[in-house]
Amino acid sequence: MRVMAQMAMVMNLDKCIGCHTCSVTCKQAWTNRSGVEYVWFNNVETRPGQGYPRTYQDQERWKGGWALNRRGNLSLKAGGRVKKLLSIFSNPLMPSIQDYYEPWTYDYETLTNAPAQEHTPVARPKSLISGKDMKVQWSANWDDNLAGSPALTVEDPILKTLGDKVKLEFEQTFMFYLPRICEHCLNPSCAASCPSGAIYKREEDGIVLVDQDRCKGWRMCVTGCPYKKIYFNHRTGKAEKCTFCYPRVEVGIPTVCAETCVGRLRYIGIVLYDADRVLEAASVEDEHELYMAQRSLLLDPDDPEVQREAELAGIPRDWITAAQKSPVWALINRFEIALPLHPEYRTMPMVWYIPPLSPVVDRLTETGHDGEDAKSLFGAIDALRIPISYLAELFTAGDPKPVRDVLARLAAMRSFMRDINLGREPDVSIPDSVGMTPEDIEDMHRLLAIAKYEDRYVIPTAHVEGADPQELAHKLEETAAECSLDYDGGPGMGGSGPFGESSGGASPLAVENFHMLKQRQTSDTFVDPADKRRRVNLLNWDGKGAGKDLFPPREGEHRGAPDIAQGAAGTDSPGVVEPRP
Amino acid sequence: MTGTELLLWVIVPYLCLAVFAGGHVWRYRYDKFGWTTRSSQLYERRLLRIASPLFHFGILAALGGHVMGLLIPKSWTEAAGVPEVAYHAVSLTFGTIAGVGTVVGMALLIYRRRTVGPVFSATTRNDKMMYVFLAVTIVLGLVTTVLTNLTGHPHDYRETVSPYFRSVFYLQPQGELMAEAPLGFQLHVMSAWLLLAIWPFTRLVHVFSAPVGYLTRPYIPYRSRDDVAGSRKVKPGWEPVATSSRRP
Ligand code: SF4
Ligand code: SF4
Ligand code: SF4
Repeated sequence: MRVMAQMAMVMNLDKCIGCHTCSVTCKQAWTNRSGVEYVWFNNVETRPGQGYPRTYQDQERWKGGWALNRRGNLSLKAGGRVKKLLSIFSNPLMPSIQDYYEPWTYDYETLTNAPAQEHTPVARPKSLISGKDMKVQWSANWDDNLAGSPALTVEDPILKTLGDKVKLEFEQTFMFYLPRICEHCLNPSCAASCPSGAIYKREEDGIVLVDQDRCKGWRMCVTGCPYKKIYFNHRTGKAEKCTFCYPRVEVGIPTVCAETCVGRLRYIGIVLYDADRVLEAASVEDEHELYMAQRSLLLDPDDPEVQREAELAGIPRDWITAAQKSPVWALINRFEIALPLHPEYRTMPMVWYIPPLSPVVDRLTETGHDGEDAKSLFGAIDALRIPISYLAELFTAGDPKPVRDVLARLAAMRSFMRDINLGREPDVSIPDSVGMTPEDIEDMHRLLAIAKYEDRYVIPTAHVEGADPQELAHKLEETAAECSLDYDGGPGMGGSGPFGESSGGASPLAVENFHMLKQRQTSDTFVDPADKRRRVNLLNWDGKGAGKDLFPPREGEHRGAPDIAQGAAGTDSPGVVEPRP
Repeated sequence: MTGTELLLWVIVPYLCLAVFAGGHVWRYRYDKFGWTTRSSQLYERRLLRIASPLFHFGILAALGGHVMGLLIPKSWTEAAGVPEVAYHAVSLTFGTIAGVGTVVGMALLIYRRRTVGPVFSATTRNDKMMYVFLAVTIVLGLVTTVLTNLTGHPHDYRETVSPYFRSVFYLQPQGELMAEAPLGFQLHVMSAWLLLAIWPFTRLVHVFSAPVGYLTRPYIPYRSRDDVAGSRKVKPGWEPVATSSRRP
């Protein structure tokens, strides 16, 4: 047994309202830069739907993840090492920008510059890739809320596997949102596909990261990840991915996407797992067994044997305590309601999902039944086979049984807790019928429905030699605050290095973002000329100050970069107009 | 050796080699982040699918040919019983195939770079300069090979260019050998030296990160977190003011 700790997340899909706040805040924090305009570390897709990038789940086409080869060994679906190296000059399996979407902005300047004319001037869409006028035809959530259905929806690879009859019925019965981030897999095929060895899994917390210095832009990881959660930065020529907001979780605060989630549906905690058995679990022959195999990797943090091994493996005491209190562990193994996304990709994903019961409840209430009555709920779960097979394709490689069991538990909680809330005698046969005790149900209710901040996030801080967590948090601020004043040179400071966009030394992330934002707000072209960085993009305007190029200069005022200190202190010069609603 | 020969075939080459070596060391130390292929596949993949492998495999074959032709002395192949005519026939055939592949691939790539909007706007001045040097060197190489052979009296570069090239590395440069070679060869060799001089400052550095280690390393690398909390390592010389006990 080799115990390792893994930072993991659970999302409760019943609560997702599809507001995309998580996507937007993540973008503001991490991909608010040129080269990654189309990159959404967090995206929210409507199911059924094509997903982002389009039809990424169709692994017969994109060949992501792992598969068992003829000898029954686990191998990369896109081909082994030699094949990878031979296709390095042009990767046939990489999605092109059209499979994502061509990012764009609007030509807002015409709104203020256009001469007096009969018709109102229009801000036309401009491509952020070529700078030309473009027709907006797709985006990261073009088929949001089943828009364009049924024409677009039928392209959903999962629906396709379910057959024709289902498709039609489906749209009337079922829709839900699926927020997705990188899965920080236990067996990451992105890392395995990287010829340079630039993608690594952190020993301490299992976060999967790309070493930006080692990445040489071979693009194999984009193919390797079946969830298409590695993106290629087309300006720097490097791969980028969700970082699980490691600078935040290291000091004990939740990821940006979780912290800002409107539905408060995300849970973060650590789980302990047996690293020696990952390969074995990922190689299980029957796809339906993968869910249980993956669960069996997780170790019980209350088991003294596990605790001893964990300490031998150098996992600090407070991490073991955090593992015991981990909401993720409880949702997966105690309540058994969280399922992995597409276990059949065999990457052992570590973002788990509680499948949504709400479509079943909606269906019931629509037809005049009591959506909180245990009997009608159980009956409906069994009757609504189509949603269940769809969910099963997502979470259990097509095996309906675990999905059914989870929904039954959620239904049981719903009707059992209703009686309690209404002051009636609760029906103890309900928990019994789903193999739980009333205490279990009440604990589960506390975690799912009340969902206090400190219950949702149990994040132990990183251990750094000679520093306590407060000091670390302070240091995090320090790196950001000091460097923005002290630091010179590097790409963040003023345009590109001598060898194009990506050259120059590394600068602290905070400094980089600060300068990018500044440059963007003060530029006057849509596409960055390859040698300079300039851009107006309202999406990135933070609402502070009046990004100068948004308005024509007043008399006696020069166009140019706003004074940094002035922007930060908020003392606007007379020429700067406060944004009005 | 005359003064001109000394300058052209001894001083300039050594300068170029020094810049080549020093430039790589410098770039590796200070600009690892900029060390990339900067692939444009995301923008366009249909043309790239044909052109890029054609060019790259072509140039790898040409490189192999150069290694053979330049580094293996004529006396060795003769000792191994390979007659001059056979050697030339083989080298001409393979050289032409590789050369034509390279040139066609390169032409397609340049065409793509110029006509596909997004690819063109991602092209820096540095790239354009690099393309000029690279294209001139490659075309001169191919033209020289084909032309001297068409005349019926192929120049035996293994009497001139090859010994000269090796002599540069023995540190006993024999510039006068180059002076005997036809003009085509001289131009090709000179442009190659210059190409080497700009090499470390262009995207060509990606050649030196050919990921052969991939064949043997374990599939999934594990790494320990850097001991510095926060976004990235503090640059040398910019450590925050702190007592020694607070330093990580
Ligand atoms: S989901 Fe994340 S960790 Fe898993 S293969 Fe994709 S990029 Fe790698
Ligand atoms: S964990 Fe951080 S980087 Fe990853 S999707 Fe969430 S906000 Fe984005
Ligand atoms: S912020 Fe929360 S509720 Fe809104 S889309 Fe994201 S996951 Fe769903």
